[in-house]
Amino acid sequence: MSTSIQLSEATALIWQEAELLDRQDYDEWLKVWSDDGLYIIPIEKDCDDFANSLNYIYDDQSMRDMRVRRLKSSFSMSALTAASTVRTVSRFTVSNQSDNAIEVRAAQILIEHKRDNSRTVAANVDYRLVRGPNGLQIAQKVVWLANSEDSVNGIGYLL
Amino acid sequence: MATAFTRQNSTEFDFDHLVQHDRVHTSLYNDAAIFDVEMDKIFGETWVWVAHESELPGKGDFITTHVGMQPVIVSRDRKGVVRVLLNRCRHRAATVCEAKKGNAASFVCPYHGWGYAQDGSLRGVPMADGYDASFNKSEYGLINLRTESYNGLIFATHNDDAPSLDDFLGKAKPWIDLFMKQGGGYPVSTGGEHKFRFPGNWKIQLENTTDAYHFPVVHKSFLNSLDSQAEELFSFLDGDGYVEDLGNGHSVMVMIPELVDLDANLDDPIPDRFEELAEELRKEHSEEEVRRIVRAVGGTGFNLNLFPNIACSMAFFRALRPISVEETEIRHIAITMEGGPEAANQMRLRLHEHFQGPMGFGSTDDAEAWERVQRGSQAGPDLWIMLNRGLDGDGNGPGGSNRGDVSAETGMRAAYGEWKRMMQA
Ligand code: FES
Ligand SMILES: [Fe+2]
Repeated sequence: MSTSIQLSEATALIWQEAELLDRQDYDEWLKVWSDDGLYIIPIEKDCDDFANSLNYIYDDQSMRDMRVRRLKSSFSMSALTAASTVRTVSRFTVSNQSDNAIEVRAAQILIEHKRDNSRTVAANVDYRLVRGPNGLQIAQKVVWLANSEDSVNGIGYLL
Repeated sequence: MATAFTRQNSTEFDFDHLVQHDRVHTSLYNDAAIFDVEMDKIFGETWVWVAHESELPGKGDFITTHVGMQPVIVSRDRKGVVRVLLNRCRHRAATVCEAKKGNAASFVCPYHGWGYAQDGSLRGVPMADGYDASFNKSEYGLINLRTESYNGLIFATHNDDAPSLDDFLGKAKPWIDLFMKQGGGYPVSTGGEHKFRFPGNWKIQLENTTDAYHFPVVHKSFLNSLDSQAEELFSFLDGDGYVEDLGNGHSVMVMIPELVDLDANLDDPIPDRFEELAEELRKEHSEEEVRRIVRAVGGTGFNLNLFPNIACSMAFFRALRPISVEETEIRHIAITMEGGPEAANQMRLRLHEHFQGPMGFGSTDDAEAWERVQRGSQAGPDLWIMLNRGLDGDGNGPGGSNRGDVSAETGMRAAYGEWKRMMQA
């Protein structure tokens, strides 16, 4: 039996994740990740060695857990006053596919709103999804912000 | 004196009234006319930090940045001399370089093709016979600012009459030397940066690097994310730290006294959060090296605030750039050990990401607080920004200088004292 993952299955998970983030349901968000998953927001456009580069975010599971604890803690005033967000993820292409794994490239357009101001946060996103005992999960997500090399102002939610 | 045109006459303002020893007037945050004077009288006159030498190690290496509002190129010329050049073509003003960094044999203006050497001299003019005999290329080089450096920190000034950088830094120099010990035996190098803007005046940020008072409030969520040992270390408000006025607007805030000299106390136990790193380093380094590197990885225990735009802040450089009276750009520049162990440098990068940046556990809350300061300053335009914490420390430092406890506003008073002196000069 084929173990390949269909794009429709992949987009379902990607949209589920996007919806969890817009709703700031961070506990549920933690569950869409595999244990060894990496959540990365690089700075340099041509970065090919995230571990040895400065990133905006380079989160393994324990950093993701800490990040979520902080966002929910009520002790972070930027999280308490976080912008509300609406995001769409689309323009999917499959960049790699193997047994129980699929890599998808997508575009994410996010509009945030806070204190009479709306801003657009645009990014290319690379996903690597794997099928394990817990079903399909995110093994790597790299968010390539369009403006990553210029100033990026405070973001009190997750991308 | 290089600044030619003062948009606002500074004598319109009564700075003796607006800037008092223990308070400054709210208009310093939101009066655009005062901002214009600042750009001329402060950023147009004093030494402004532009780069760390590791950003341009080789001949022909350059970065682009700003001195106040003015775009500049910091370039290492073919003789190895660092030049700070106004990024403005002498023909009809186009920027000659928009790359953030790189290596270039020359800078060619994209508009009509004037070509400049790495030292700014004008070399090539297309169709030069269209100019008459009085045209002399030597008169049209990129403007060179006066440039000097200290222990890797490169500064530039528009003011040919400014005191030497050595004199300007003065008592801050030994602190710069201490700060650079976080190379752990390797040269200090920049390792990428987080850059962000906030809708607020630049002096809100200038104050913040010498403000320990906010730490347990604004950074509670960061403190909660640390192990208990580290949380204890960063709970420095009840410790023996202090803030000292170093003259010329500079100040140092010592938060963790035992981390002032990173070469000292090498026999102290290795903190839990560095134990894994130490174990990794032991594979290739002696115990003494391991201890020195591990101690350096966490950074120093102090913030050195250099007026007006750069701080050596515990484990990173923090540079500010005024954009407008109510917008400021901040760069948190990471530090790595040039040629140092990969595991140690990775840990430095991860620690930087933990606190700094638009999604860090610390900076995000700082930015929110500073935005709130600017918004709040719209109310009560005749009220004052209070700087009266720790006044009893005035005169208590070495040589009768001002030195208050760690949460004192001594450093802010030092900065505003210099601000006033320059604005009235
Ligand atoms: S503006 Fe630079 S060559 Fe004309
Ligand atoms: Fe802070």
